[in-house]
Amino acid sequence: MLMLSHFSAVLLFATFASVVFGITQRTNPKAMVRYGLYCWVMFVGIVIAASWIMWLIRR
Amino acid sequence: MMASKVQVSAKLEEKSPGLPYVAFVLGWLVPGLGHVLTRHWIRAVLLFVSITTMFTLGIMMQGKLYQANTGDVLEMLGFAGDLGCGLLYILGRIMDLGHGAVQLATADYGTKFIVVAGLLNIISAVDAHNLRIGRKPTC
Repeated sequence: MLMLSHFSAVLLFATFASVVFGITQRTNPKAMVRYGLYCWVMFVGIVIAASWIMWLIRR
Repeated sequence: MMASKVQVSAKLEEKSPGLPYVAFVLGWLVPGLGHVLTRHWIRAVLLFVSITTMFTLGIMMQGKLYQANTGDVLEMLGFAGDLGCGLLYILGRIMDLGHGAVQLATADYGTKFIVVAGLLNIISAVDAHNLRIGRKPTC
């Protein structure tokens, strides 16, 4: 059985979802890579921001 | 305005060969196979690896494979998502995988990984269909 931490699960989820979004939502390869990276940064960035917000609420 | 619509539909018909939904169906059954049909090899490999790995990780994390007709609306929605995985879902059910361990947080992540893999596979199958009929330009 695989036991991932919450953050490593987020990293894997963001990576695979961003690959699919990049390929399917843009037409040329350069735009695909840029959009995929944008999605990845958004996934991970929003999770980190939400984590800090929850930490601040808890305090 | 009318003339341009006619031109667009004529262009689509020119580019769409034979069975228009074959790329969608193949892409749904096996992730990336629709893109193989449209000769986008690298995209096909990336989609196959991403979606299959996501599904496999979900199963390895003790995620749940939803079943039809449980009577619960949320379970039925989960089933619709899982069904998007195509043959991966059918194989998982045949091999009796995905019973889910409710007491583990990672099992809940796994369940979400499986559902999202199915939804991403539907998106990629639609993309293959659009490439096949010429609605999406090829590069």
